[in-house]
Amino acid sequence: MKSGQRGLADHLGSLEAESIHILREAVAESDKPVMLYSIGKDSSVMLHLARKAFAPGPIPFPLLHIDTTWKFRAMYAFRELMADRYQVEIVRHVNQDCVERNINPFDHGSSMHTDLWKTEGLKQALDLYGFDLAFGGARRDEEKSRAKERVFSLRSANHQWDPRAQRPELWNLYNARHSPGESLRVFPLSNWTELDVWEYIRAEDIPVVPLYFADERPVVERSGTWIMVDDERMRLEPGEEPHMHRVRFRTLGCYPLTGAVESDARTLDEIIDEMRSSEFSERQGRLIDHDGAGSMEKKKQDGYF
Amino acid sequence: MATSDDARSNLVRILTCGSVDDGKSTLIGRLLFESKAVFSDHLRALETDSRKHGTQGEQLDLALLLDGLQAEREQGITIDVAYRHFATRKRRFILADAPGHEQYTRNMVTGASTADIAIILVDARKGLLRQTRRHTLIVSLLGVRSVVLAVNKMDLVDWSREVFETIADRYREMASGLGIDSVTAIPVSALTGDNIVERSKSMPWYSGSSVLATLEELPIYRDDAESGFHLPVQWINRPNADFRGFSGTVASGAIRVGDPVVVQPSGITTVVSDVVNPSGSTDSASAGETVTLVFTDEVDVVRGDLISGASTPAESADVFQATIVWMHDEPLLPGRTYLVKLNTRTVTATFHRIKYLIDPETLERVPADSMSMNDIGVCTFSTVRPLNFQPYRSNRTMGGFIVIDRHSNATLGAGMIEHSMRRSENIQWQDVDVDKKARSMLTGHRPCIVWLTGLSGSGKSTIANALEKRLFASGVRTYLLDGDNLRHGLNHDLGFTPADRVENIRRAGEVARLMVDAGLIVICAFISPYEAERGMVRSMVGTDEFLEIFVDTPLDVLEARDPKGLYAKARVGKITNFTGIDAPYEVPTNPDLRIDTTTSTVDVSAEAIVDVLTSRRIIDT
Ligand SMILES: Nc1nc2c(ncn2[C@@H]2O[C@H](COP(=O)(O)OP(=O)(O)O)[C@@H](O)[C@H]2O)c(=O)[nH]1
Repeated sequence: MKSGQRGLADHLGSLEAESIHILREAVAESDKPVMLYSIGKDSSVMLHLARKAFAPGPIPFPLLHIDTTWKFRAMYAFRELMADRYQVEIVRHVNQDCVERNINPFDHGSSMHTDLWKTEGLKQALDLYGFDLAFGGARRDEEKSRAKERVFSLRSANHQWDPRAQRPELWNLYNARHSPGESLRVFPLSNWTELDVWEYIRAEDIPVVPLYFADERPVVERSGTWIMVDDERMRLEPGEEPHMHRVRFRTLGCYPLTGAVESDARTLDEIIDEMRSSEFSERQGRLIDHDGAGSMEKKKQDGYF
Repeated sequence: MATSDDARSNLVRILTCGSVDDGKSTLIGRLLFESKAVFSDHLRALETDSRKHGTQGEQLDLALLLDGLQAEREQGITIDVAYRHFATRKRRFILADAPGHEQYTRNMVTGASTADIAIILVDARKGLLRQTRRHTLIVSLLGVRSVVLAVNKMDLVDWSREVFETIADRYREMASGLGIDSVTAIPVSALTGDNIVERSKSMPWYSGSSVLATLEELPIYRDDAESGFHLPVQWINRPNADFRGFSGTVASGAIRVGDPVVVQPSGITTVVSDVVNPSGSTDSASAGETVTLVFTDEVDVVRGDLISGASTPAESADVFQATIVWMHDEPLLPGRTYLVKLNTRTVTATFHRIKYLIDPETLERVPADSMSMNDIGVCTFSTVRPLNFQPYRSNRTMGGFIVIDRHSNATLGAGMIEHSMRRSENIQWQDVDVDKKARSMLTGHRPCIVWLTGLSGSGKSTIANALEKRLFASGVRTYLLDGDNLRHGLNHDLGFTPADRVENIRRAGEVARLMVDAGLIVICAFISPYEAERGMVRSMVGTDEFLEIFVDTPLDVLEARDPKGLYAKARVGKITNFTGIDAPYEVPTNPDLRIDTTTSTVDVSAEAIVDVLTSRRIIDT
C-alpha cells in the first residue's frame, strides 16, 4: 500500500482539503505571509496542514509567536521542540512597551493584559516585519461572533476590522487582493470544531503541548476554575495554598488567565470521549471572554485576532 | 450527472432560508440544541440573554443562540451569513444561516454557493409568500440539488394535514417550474420540537422522517464526473531540481497515475507520473481532494492554468453569457472593466450588456442599464484573455466566478457562466463605441500628456525615464517621446530656427495627442522654450489631459555640469541658437509642477510627478 492511502474519516479529509486549499490560495495571492503560532492545539493543526500543503517543499512563510512572557513553561519548551523538529523559522515578538511597564495579569487585569501584550504586540509585529497576510487558528465554533467571520478577513492600514467592508465568500473563491498598508487575517480552520481538531490530532498523530492531558499539577481554585501555579510570579491570595490536583487544559494562554478542568483524560482517546460527553465549551476557561456580552466583537474591531 | 454518495459526502453543507419571523432561528437553535452542539455555559449565557432580549417570557429563546454581532442584536435583525456546526453519528453538518429579508439576497446567494441541501421554511398560517419564490429561485440558480420544505408553526394550525398538504403541493409545483425536482416536505413546529429531531406524536398522519433524519439521509450530489477531470492549478511546488509538482483541488472527475492530461490554455499534453495527496504518494484522486500532480515530462505550467483529462478539455472562450448577482453599493455598469476570478485565474473583464434583470418574486424579466446591490440579472461580458470553464449548471467550481473592483479590490458580485458566445457576433452591438473613455476603462487609468520642459541638460530625459519605469511597474500604459529621439526620425528635417522649433513642437504635440486618444500616458521631454507652443499642445487635448512640468536647473549649474560640452561650445559660438545662451527660454508662469533638480533626486522628482497624476485622479497608484 502506498503511503497516500488514507485512513482519515471522510469529514476530516474534507476539512483538511479545504484548509489546504485556503493556505495555498492565501500564499499565492499575498506578498509576505506569516502564520501566527500560539503553541496551542489549533496552531499545531495549522502547522501540520501547512507542512502538507507545500510538501515536499518547505513551508513558504515564517511562524510568528506574539509572546506575552506569561505562557506556561511547557509551552515555551514545546515551541523550541517544534522549531527544531520541523526546521521552521519561528519569529518571536515581545511588546517592549509592556516589558518596560511591567504589564501583568495581576496588576492590570485580564482585559488590559491581553490587549497590550497580544493585540498591540501583534500590530507592532505585523508593522515591523511588513507582513501583509497572517494566518490565525480561530474557528467559527469558538464563540458566537466568530460564526460570521470570513475566512479571509480584511484589516485596514491601522489593523481595524470593519464588519461592513468584509467581502462575500462564495464557492471556494477567496479574494485576497488588498492595497498597500491593508492586510488580511486568514483562518484556515474556520469550519473546524473543537472535536474535529482532536479527532484530526489523533488520526494524524500530531504533537501537542502535554498540558492538554490530565496530570497532577500544582493549582489553586479561583472563581470555580483551577489556576496552575506555573512559576514564582504567581500571586497568591491570602490563605491560598497551591495543592496537587489532577487537571488538564482545553485551551492554552497566559497561565494566570487560563483555567484548567478536573479530568482523568490522559490519552487522545480519553480526551475525545470526554469532549463528546462534555457540557462545557472550551472558552469557559478563557477569562478574557467573560468581560461582557459582545466583548469578543469589540476586541476584534480593535485588532485582536 | 453522477451521484457520489461515497468518499466525501459526510461533510454536508446546508442553507436555511425563511422570511422574517417564520421561525428560522428557532428551528436552527433547536437543531443545535438537540444535537448537543450547544454547551451549557453557552446555554447559561442564553438564559440571561433570553430574559433581556427574548420573546419567550421565562422560557429559553433558542433563536438567541444565533445572533452574533452586537449591532445586529441591537437592531433585532441578522445581517450577514453565519456558519454553525453540528454533527450526528452519520454526518457532520455546516449550516449557513442567511437572513431572509429581500435586502439580503447577496447573503443567501453566498450561503447557497456551497450548499448541498437547502431548508426552506414557510409559516403554515401564511403559506407560500413572494419571499418563498425568491428563496427557491436563488437555490435553483446556485445549483442546490435538494430542498427540504419545512412547514413550520403546525401547532398554530391544529396540526392540520390538509393545510400541510396544500402548501406542500403548491410548493412542489413552483419548485419544479424552477428546475428543482428533489423536494422533501415536512410538517414541523420549531417551538415545540415536533418533527425536528423526533417524529411528532401530534401528527401521526405524517409518515416521513424528521428534519434531522432527512438531513442525514438525503443523497448528496456533488461531483460532475461527466465533465471529466479538471484541476485548477493553485501552486507550483518546486523545492529542488528533483521535484516539480502542480497543486490544486480537484474540481471534477478523477485522475490516476498513467492518465494522459492536457494543460490549458497552452494545450501541451503529458502523462501523470505521480499523484501526491496530503498523506503522500498514491495512485489516484477524485473531486474535492487536494493533490499535487507530477508529470512524466517537464512542461510549463503556471498558477491559473487548468489541468484537464486529455480527452475532456474544458471549454475555452473570451465572451460569455452569465447570471450575475450584484453584491455591492457600487453599481455594475456596462462598459466598465472589472477583474473576474474563476478558479485560480484572475483576468480583466468588460461587461457589455445587461440583457435583463430577473424580478425574484415574479420571475419577470426587467430591462436595465445597470445593476444595484442584490439585483440578479443576465449579462454578457468579455475577458482580455480566454478562460477555461464549464457551464455552471454542469459544474459549480468550473463555472462560478466572483467580480472584483480593480481599484478598491472589493468583491462586487458573483456570476455563473451559462455559455460562451462568439466574439464577432456579440461584441459589435455593445452600446459604447470604442473611444477614449472606453479605452481608459480598459487600461484602468486616464490618458494624458506629461510635458517636461526645461533647458538642455536640465534632467528632463532622466526624470522622464525614471517616471516611465515607475508607471510601467504599476501597470500604467505609457510612451516616452523625447525631443532628441524625435529629431532622428519624424523631425529630422527640422533645425533650430524659431520656425523649426515651433514645427518641432507641433509635430510632437500631434503625435502625443494621438497617443492620448489611444489611452496612453505620454511623457514628453522637450526643451520647448516658448510659452505659446506649450499652450498649443495643451489646447490639442482636454484641459485635464495636459500637465506641464518645469524642470528647473539654473544656468550656472548647467554650465558647470555640461557633460556633452554643449554649453561651452555655445559660449564660444560654435553652436548657435542655443537655448539659454543665445536663444530665449520663456520660464513657465504657472506650471503644474516645478522640479528643482539642485535639491531633489531623480526618483524623488519622478515620485512628485506620480503624486500630481494621482491627485488629478489620472492614475490611482
Ligand atoms: N407557535 C409557534 N411559534 C413559533 C414556531 N417557530 C417559531 N415561532 C415563533 O415565531 C417567532 C419568530 O421566530 P424566529 O425563530 O425568531 O424567526 P426568524 O425571524 O425566522 O428567525 C418567535 O416568537 C418564535 O418563538 C412554531 O413552530 N410554533
